[in-house]
Amino acid sequence: MSAEASAINLAARASIWLKPHRIVLILIALALVFCAAFFMRWDWLPQYWEMGMMGIWRALWILAVTCALGFALAVPLGLAQAGGPFWFAVPAKIFCTIIRGTPLLLQLWLLYYGLGSIFPQYPWIRESWLWPYLRQAWPYAVVALTFSFAGYEGEVMRGAFAGVPRGQLEAARAFGMSRWKIFRRIWLPQAFYRALPTLTGETVLQLKSTPLVATISVIDIFAVSSKVRQDTYLTYEPLLLLALIYMTITGILVFVFSRIEARIPVKIG
Amino acid sequence: MPNLATHARRRPCGRRLASNPGAKLIDAFLPASAAGIMELLSPVAPGWGGTLLVGLLHSIEIALGATCLGLMIGTAGAFGKLYGGPVTRDLLAVYTTVVRAVPELVLILLLYYAGTDLINQVLTGMGYSRVDISGLAAGIFVLGFVQGAYSTEVIRGAILAIPQGQIEAARAYGMSPGLMLRRITLPAMLPFAIPGLANLWLIATKDTALLAVVGFFELTLATRQAAGVTKAYLLFYLAAGALYLTLSLFSNVIIGRVEAWSRRGMPSVKEAR
Repeated sequence: MSAEASAINLAARASIWLKPHRIVLILIALALVFCAAFFMRWDWLPQYWEMGMMGIWRALWILAVTCALGFALAVPLGLAQAGGPFWFAVPAKIFCTIIRGTPLLLQLWLLYYGLGSIFPQYPWIRESWLWPYLRQAWPYAVVALTFSFAGYEGEVMRGAFAGVPRGQLEAARAFGMSRWKIFRRIWLPQAFYRALPTLTGETVLQLKSTPLVATISVIDIFAVSSKVRQDTYLTYEPLLLLALIYMTITGILVFVFSRIEARIPVKIG
Repeated sequence: MPNLATHARRRPCGRRLASNPGAKLIDAFLPASAAGIMELLSPVAPGWGGTLLVGLLHSIEIALGATCLGLMIGTAGAFGKLYGGPVTRDLLAVYTTVVRAVPELVLILLLYYAGTDLINQVLTGMGYSRVDISGLAAGIFVLGFVQGAYSTEVIRGAILAIPQGQIEAARAYGMSPGLMLRRITLPAMLPFAIPGLANLWLIATKDTALLAVVGFFELTLATRQAAGVTKAYLLFYLAAGALYLTLSLFSNVIIGRVEAWSRRGMPSVKEAR
């Protein structure tokens, strides 16, 4: 029965793709891919393969770390704005406004060139254990991207925290839960479910921000493609491949998040 | 354009700086007194305030142009997606999906090279000589193309949010599609579209910074030059941040006004509660 149902489902799904005009469009797309594969130069690929893989790995690593840290920072930011006393709410609001009101590229350069030029002035910083890290570029990239994610997601979390119905929190208090327990068991999970659909979009936006770190000499996949362009004088091939790589990562991200979203109970609040 | 000249002249200073790392490089910011800061930021010749303001002006020009182009593409795209034939719909779906899945920086590079190449090939094919595309036009075209994909989705959603009865009533009155668009669809979708479009405008002002990577002279590149020459990195990046922030906050005020205007005559949700 279920096999039959899945077969019908499969057939229905296939028939969406097999309308006449779609077949023509798909054939045109295939022809374009074929032309790109045979008439453009791809002989540089084996030479840069390893470097490219490292670049992809580094971009994904930066994405994962900054999203995790940024979300951890966004929760207190959203909480402070949604229900905090004003001496928490006002600084959180100012932080979010500044992060959202200025370009990420500027924030990145401010940290890397601005702060990076201030630090070596102080001997105690140069002698501290942090100095080997502060001399490299990636800590600045991670901090800038984390702040950016926290700024945007903090605003989302504010709305999500504020959107949890009062009755839920009052019921939890009536059960005699402590404030921490209310937060952990009721407020945070429900706010998280509410924020999840926007979290997908924010993560994709964050992925699309990662190539900016190449401008402060972190070797991610974008920097690798720039190097290929410089070395081989090819314009389009590395960029097209780069676009394809980012599209693939975006597709995987959206798919994974939709799977997670499907597991969340629909009726909340 | 004087900016290009200054750009070329000041380059070597920046390179010398880069090869001379260490503590000497950064003395400029911290010991600078208030008077020194004012002198660095002053809009007349020895100060760099004027350069920053010219950069800001270029940023605003590009953002305005790109938003206008994006709105045109977006309106056409939304109508194509809603009322177009199957092929138009599929092509537009490919356009919006691809543009929204690829980083702006990559798109800017691709479109910049592809666009200038294409125009020059068409020109040489028609027997004219090659031209240099101005940075302003290229920036507006590239960012407008990106904005178009996002505004297509925003406007499509806004048109779908119009109560069906209004469109049916317009049809019942025998309005032609053009008249219906002008009198009913566009004004009625505006209150739904403005929050999304306002977001896009703010994104456009910030995306202009990405053009610094391709070497177009706007606020971020102006800041980088000023900081590289004077070595007051922190000061100039903070100043540029303040300028961007002012632009955003000022835009928010204007957007609030426009949104209130577009909602005129509609019942407020607050009163319903």
